[in-house]
Amino acid sequence: MLTIKNLHASVEEGQEILKGLNLVVKAGEVHAIMGPNGSGKSTLASVLAGKEGYEITEGSIDFDGTDLLELDAEDRAKEGLFLAFQYPVEIPGVSNVNFLRTAMNEIREYRKEDRLSAKDFLAKVKVASDLVELDSKLASRAVNVGFSGGEKKRNEIFQMAMLEPKLAILDETDSGLDIDALRIVSQGVNKLRSKDNAIILITHYQRLLEYIQPDFVHVLNDGKIIKTGTKELALELEEKGYDWINEEIAQ
Amino acid sequence: MELVVDNKVLEFVADFKKPETISEVRKQAIDALSGMDFPTTRVEEWKYTRVAKYVKRKYKQVQTSANVEDYTIADLNAHQLVFVNGYYDESLSNIKEDDAVSIHKIEDLDEEYYSDIVDGTSENVFSLINKAYQTGGVFVQIKKNKKANFPIHLIHVLEGEEVIANARHFILAESGSKAEVVVTYHSKNSENSFTNIVLEGHIESNANLVVNKFQTEAKNVLHISNELFIQDESSNFLINTITTGGLLTRNGLDIIVEGENCHTEMNGAYLGTERQHIDNHTIIDQLYSNCTSSEAYKGVMDGKSVGVFNGKVIVRQDAQKIAAYQSNKNILLSKDASVNSKPELEIYADDVRCSHGSTIGELDPEAIYYLRTRGISAASAKQLLVAGFIGDILDKVENEALRANLDKLFLEDFGWRF
Repeated sequence: MLTIKNLHASVEEGQEILKGLNLVVKAGEVHAIMGPNGSGKSTLASVLAGKEGYEITEGSIDFDGTDLLELDAEDRAKEGLFLAFQYPVEIPGVSNVNFLRTAMNEIREYRKEDRLSAKDFLAKVKVASDLVELDSKLASRAVNVGFSGGEKKRNEIFQMAMLEPKLAILDETDSGLDIDALRIVSQGVNKLRSKDNAIILITHYQRLLEYIQPDFVHVLNDGKIIKTGTKELALELEEKGYDWINEEIAQ
Repeated sequence: MELVVDNKVLEFVADFKKPETISEVRKQAIDALSGMDFPTTRVEEWKYTRVAKYVKRKYKQVQTSANVEDYTIADLNAHQLVFVNGYYDESLSNIKEDDAVSIHKIEDLDEEYYSDIVDGTSENVFSLINKAYQTGGVFVQIKKNKKANFPIHLIHVLEGEEVIANARHFILAESGSKAEVVVTYHSKNSENSFTNIVLEGHIESNANLVVNKFQTEAKNVLHISNELFIQDESSNFLINTITTGGLLTRNGLDIIVEGENCHTEMNGAYLGTERQHIDNHTIIDQLYSNCTSSEAYKGVMDGKSVGVFNGKVIVRQDAQKIAAYQSNKNILLSKDASVNSKPELEIYADDVRCSHGSTIGELDPEAIYYLRTRGISAASAKQLLVAGFIGDILDKVENEALRANLDKLFLEDFGWRF
């Protein structure tokens, strides 16, 4: 589904953040990407989602046969990519459901599908908000305005459930969540897992991986994936930190 | 020998017609004009709004007809009063059976009562030109302790090039009455024309008046309005001013609160594109205690448009326990657009709560990016954010038919869906 080859990306000021990253994600898989602060995790999420301000100097990203780097952020979403933000943005005056209706209609138009009827849309809102136990009042409130940290993260997964992406990138969705919220968010994500979609979990902590079991764990350091393993690798990282991998590579 | 004085104002009005019998108000205005000049940007009140090139032009008073169906509002179900180029057109108007409302020509307004009520209020050269050379208008009376059965819709149409429309109206909301007045401004083939309107009113004790003003004239006309409302004790007044039209618009709104326990609300939304200049000047003058006022104006300026906001709040020495809130927020959609925002508080009483705030910013790029990652195009994302920004002002227009009309206007004019 996603093939990243030798990806080099710099911020506009010139500093290189991603330095030859390779990653292959197939349908039905969950990949966790872990790594210390500053290793390039969030840059990877931003580059995949199409945020402006990054320059791709080398490499390629293929998304189901489409050159992702050729697409604007909105067209990436229309092709089935979704980013759950580490820091969801507050948008005063714009209601959650209103903007999602706009999004879904634009996506359907792009895919040459019929518009969703108001009834079907509301039924979907109900199912998706139940999934993450998001108060239906929040669904109609302004996007993330006055939401607690946990509500913001649940709102991200609510949107994921509405948009049904092929590939979802969850950027530190676990950060700032208490144990109950973490459980709710994780259960929601697990219910959205299927053989047809894939998930990339970006996280600092092994804790999330107890709830959402990954098929692969990658360690990102200094802009490259330096080690790939199974979920046991996450436990090892939790125990020993990141330095031992560098030492192992040095040897 | 007659002395010839070089007076731009007298030159401006030289060709304007006057009726054979001159009323006292007209006479006073004509007399006052001889000592007036047009404001320059050296005058503080007109610092950001330059009218020189507009007042150098010659305008004609042209009585004509208009296709009023183009301007009626579906489902508003209102008393419909039509003014074409400032002339009251009774044949196009439609006054319904309503025991609470009586509509007269402006000439029928009692001059003694009027002079008494506006005594001490200020005039400017444009309001005086209007009063000296007004070509018609209505005196609307909402009867004591009655609620108007229908809204009252004043439709103004500028028809033709280089015309001036000097309509003048007065709304008397008698004690305990309740009414909604809708004032709309439109234009057709109106290159270089000029709407110079005076709208005044008296909201007596315990009365409740709502005014919704929509200015949607073409972006090639000059629009200057002078609005004055006097509130008596325990009255409520709400005025929403929505401006999308005009090349240069100056909305001058003065409210004088002459009694205790009044509430006043002024809301404004202005959306400028191209080279439009939209100026909102408001004054609220609190003379008595225990009154509240709330003012919220929001602007969205695109292209090379210029916005001006000047909101003055005066709390007189004897007016204690006043709570007055004011805010002016602006978004610039282009690098060439600008806004001059100036809140002014003049407080002479010591036990008051007043606040004001003024912001000028851009759309949040993070919010645009967030919406785009959900599959929304950059253009739609901006539209959603603009709608979200200005939506709370539009929501002040509670009348559903009017609100639907506004939504239609924004969709047609800007492609914005709310």
